This record gives sequence, structure tokens and C-alpha cells, in this order.
Amino acid sequence: MAKPTASPLRTGLVHLALGAYTLIALFPVFLVVINSFKDRASIFRDPLGLPTPATFSLIGYNTVLTQGDFVLYFQNSFIVTAVSIFFVLLFGAMAAFALSEYRFKGNTMMGLYLALGIMIPIRLGTVAILQGMVAAGLVNTLTALILVYTAQGLPLAVFILTEFMRTVSDDLKNAGRIDGLSEYSIFFRLVLPLIRPAMATVAVFTMIPIWNDLWFPLILAPSDATKTVTLGSQVFIGQFVTNWNAVLAALTLAILPVLVLYLIFSRQLIRGITSGAVK
Amino acid sequence: MGSLKIENIRKSFGHVDVLKGIDLEVKDGEFVIFVGPSGCGKSTLLRVIAGLEDATSGDILIDGKKVNNTPPAKRGIAMVFQTYALYPHLSVRDNMGLGLKQAGQPAEEIKGRIKIASGMLSLDDYLERRPAELSGGQRQRVAIGRAIVREPELFLFDEPLSNLDAALRVNTRLEIARLHRQLKATMIYVTHDQVEAMTLADKIVVLNKGRIEQVGSPMELYNAPQTIFVAGFIGSPQMNLIEASKLGQSGAKTVGIRPEHIQVSKTSGEWKGSVIHVEHLGADTIIYLQTDFGPLTVRLFGEHKYDVDGVLYATPDAGRTYRFDNEGQVIKG
Repeated sequence: MAKPTASPLRTGLVHLALGAYTLIALFPVFLVVINSFKDRASIFRDPLGLPTPATFSLIGYNTVLTQGDFVLYFQNSFIVTAVSIFFVLLFGAMAAFALSEYRFKGNTMMGLYLALGIMIPIRLGTVAILQGMVAAGLVNTLTALILVYTAQGLPLAVFILTEFMRTVSDDLKNAGRIDGLSEYSIFFRLVLPLIRPAMATVAVFTMIPIWNDLWFPLILAPSDATKTVTLGSQVFIGQFVTNWNAVLAALTLAILPVLVLYLIFSRQLIRGITSGAVK
Repeated sequence: MGSLKIENIRKSFGHVDVLKGIDLEVKDGEFVIFVGPSGCGKSTLLRVIAGLEDATSGDILIDGKKVNNTPPAKRGIAMVFQTYALYPHLSVRDNMGLGLKQAGQPAEEIKGRIKIASGMLSLDDYLERRPAELSGGQRQRVAIGRAIVREPELFLFDEPLSNLDAALRVNTRLEIARLHRQLKATMIYVTHDQVEAMTLADKIVVLNKGRIEQVGSPMELYNAPQTIFVAGFIGSPQMNLIEASKLGQSGAKTVGIRPEHIQVSKTSGEWKGSVIHVEHLGADTIIYLQTDFGPLTVRLFGEHKYDVDGVLYATPDAGRTYRFDNEGQVIKG
């Protein structure tokens, strides 16, 4: 009997399945990108065709970069995403450290309570959130979005990071205590570097829904100064006429930053920094 | 100076009492080893001394000063962990220097102390490496080096050799013994390995179920165990413990005799038994006998040849048997 890993048929099937999935996942992105480089007529005539010298056109990009303030929209999206990720990781890791490291009454209940947000979508509370933001005078500010996204990302972050923090050896933390590190130093200098792969995972999971979100920008911050890219591209979608060139160009541009962020975090996903620390 | 006094220490986790009133005194410069089976509370006791766990009640005095509420870093202790617990993202040098840096020592002083420690442990060539680039033995030496540079009054070792292979274990054991002579520091060492305990300790503390069974020098524990537990725990192979009634003796519950204090003969002797297994270790031969009163282990020095299923007579050495009462206490005389 061959080992499962050694069977070429099995590996072939696995590769086939993964390859098929990759194709399915990438196909819409591919369509968006190729069509963003074509003129309007050929987008409709031959949606699947690659841009040729005859059909090549940058009209969409022109529209996006001249009409509306897309640089500002990009900046807004970027600020909201980056700041939200930062807070999600910081608070998530801190809560996870407390839950995994300290014995206190209600520890398990607190953990469950914090994980509840994974099961209940934050959008159910949209009306209350809007009322709250209006009362706090935060409507049409990026702060409103950052607050909401931080809350949205925390449950999953706490959940994942708690599990990972449990794997950090107690001896290591105790060695730090004997060396005179404060609990904060132990957290920032010993534990955080060790769970970097988990932090990167959480960052990726948190980042994508925030970047792509249309709901909360539309409700909480629809003013021109606070529009995000996803909301900004909506100006090209009209009730009667949709400027497909511009929409596709805007979407293509919107993929780029998220791709860069993903590459940054995925480099952190490399495991093995803990090997050699303990046994 | 590093004396330690423990007064009536108790520790409970929830409803489980792990330490049930420990009193102990350790003199300056002593090498004290806590031994006991798993779950006897020896590691917990060490953690309480280190300040990593708070005792439920009782006092810890280091150099006569009560340290119950002193954080670990200020107790003048250093600890070596079973899992080494090196900081994976720091070089060997920074691993050793972190505690001093944290205590605000000048850089020159830190450098000097690291140099002395690395010289002592032959780590000079590895100072710039990360823990992941070192072998197990080297890692443990770094962990010991990290303890040395702190120049503590009290060294605490938590099963430091358990993760090393047999050959390295012997080497590192010798190294620790040498360090103790060189530094003349007080050391407290936790292990479940009685060989480590017997070879390193000035004083052994045998713990069982959260209590101290006996405190004494290795030879005291070997020659004059006070309880049946200590008798069974110290010495390898284990002491033979035989129900006194089966031997027809009265006035005791159990009779103990060490395997090395029994002579065998093919023709005559006090106890008749049949050989069920023989282990040849070169220097020793260990014979397992089945007798009328149960199994009996005999340890003979040198090489001997006995056939399995053969009949052998065993005779205990005079004056080398121990008698224990119903509570497991030794009966004197």
C-alpha cells in the first residue's frame, strides 16, 4: 500500500481541485481587470475577449482619475482599514492575553461573551449604531467607521488569538517575570513576537471585509470628504446609465492596495519563529 | 548570602490542596534537591519560592527577609526551566543580559558578567546566535548562563535535565556540580530523577502528596529512611517491601530489604524462589525471583549466570532489613 502522500493519483486530484478553485476564484477578478482596459463597445460585444490594440482604451481610468476625488477616496479607505486593523490587533491581543494568561472569576464566560460577536452580524445593530453616531456627532467622520470596524473585527481576533496565546509556554513568561519584565513588557516583547503568524492571519481576515464594505460607509459616512473607494465607485452606477469603464477601472485600482497589504501580512505568516525557544 | 526559610507554606488550587504545610530551612551555600513522584508538589513549591505563584498561607524568608509580597525579579533569585525558556527572538548575549538591562545595570557591567558566564559554560563562540541555532545541551547552558549573570542569592532549577538525552544529562549534571563548587551559591533543584538527587545534593527533601516525608543527606536517606515511602523511592532497583505476616514476623506491618543486600545460593538460604527474569547490566546482574510471599528483586555485583525457571535461595544481609509499622513509619531497633 502506498502512503496517501505518495499516491500520484491522489496528489493529482488534490491539485486538480485546488486548481479549479483558484480558477473560479480568480475569474471574476480577471474579467474586471481585462474589461477595465477596453472601450465601452467591446466590453459589451466581447466581454471575455482580451484587450487588443483595436479595443484597448484607458477611458475608464481617465474618468476615475479626473471625475470625483479618487485619491481622497483611496486615502479614506486606507486610513479606515489600517487604523481599524491596528486597533483590532492591539485590543484583540490584549484581551486574548488576559483571557489566556490570568485566572479570574468569569474567565470562560468573558471569553464566550467576547466570541458572541462572531455569531451575530454587526449589521443587525445598524439602526442603533446610526442613532449612537448621530448622538455622538460622529456621522460623516472616518472615526465612526473605524469604531464600527474595530468592534466588528474584535470577536474573531480575540477568539483566534486566545487559542494561540495558550500555546506560548508558561516557562517563557515566567522567565520574563524573573528577569524583571513587567506584564506589559511580557506581552509586547515576548508574547506578541511569538504569535506574529496568528496576528497576520487575523489582520488578513479583518482587512478584506473592511476594505470591501459598502454598507457602513453608505450609512455612516456618505459625505464626499469621507467616501471610501467602494462607495466612491458607486457614482458611476446610475439608475439609467452605468459607466462600466469607470466602474471597472475603479475596482481594478481598489484591488491593488489590498493586494499590497496582503503581501505584507502573508510574509509574516511564516511559521517557526518559536522553534528552539522551548524544547 | 542565600539562606532560605519556609514556614508552614500551604497552597491550594480551588479545592485541591497541593502543598499541605511545608517547613524547611536551607543554609547558605547548600545544594538542596526536592524529589518526589509527579504531582507531589515539588514544582509548585519551587514556584512559590520564586514568587511565580502566591502561597495560600505561610511565609517565605530569603536571608531572613520576608518576601511574600516581593515580585520574582526582586527576590534575588534566578531560575532555570525544564523547557529552557529562552527568548527566541534574542541572541544568546541578549538572552543572558535582559534581566540585568531590565534592572538598569550599566552596559559595561553587563558585558563583563556575560563574559564570565559564557567563559564558565564555554558559550563564547555562540554569543551572537539565536536559540534556534543551538543544540539542546547548548540551550540549557544558555539558560544556566542567564541565571549566573544575575549573580543571585538563590538558584532555582526546575527539572533542568529532563529534556536532554542520557549522555548530555550526565555531562550537564557534572557541570552543575562544578558550578555549585565554583559559585558557592545556594541552589534548589527539583527533579523526579533520584540519580540526580543522590549525585548532586547536599541535602535531599523527599516530598509526597504535598508534605515533606524526610529531609537528609543522600546517604541518610539511603541508610536510614524514616518512612516506607522514602525507602521505596530512594534506591534503584526499588527496595523489596514484603508483608511481615507472610514472613511469619510479628510486630511490624512491612519488612523492607534492598535488592543489593540479599545474597543468593543454589543450594540453601532463608527464602526459596524461582527465577522469572535476569537482567545483565555488566557491572550488575539483577534477578527477579518469585517466592512464596511474592516477587523479590536481587541485585548482584558483577556478572552471574542463572537460568530462568531455576530455583534459587535468597538470604538477606544481617542488620540490613527495615521494619515499618501500620502508618508506614520505620520501627527503630
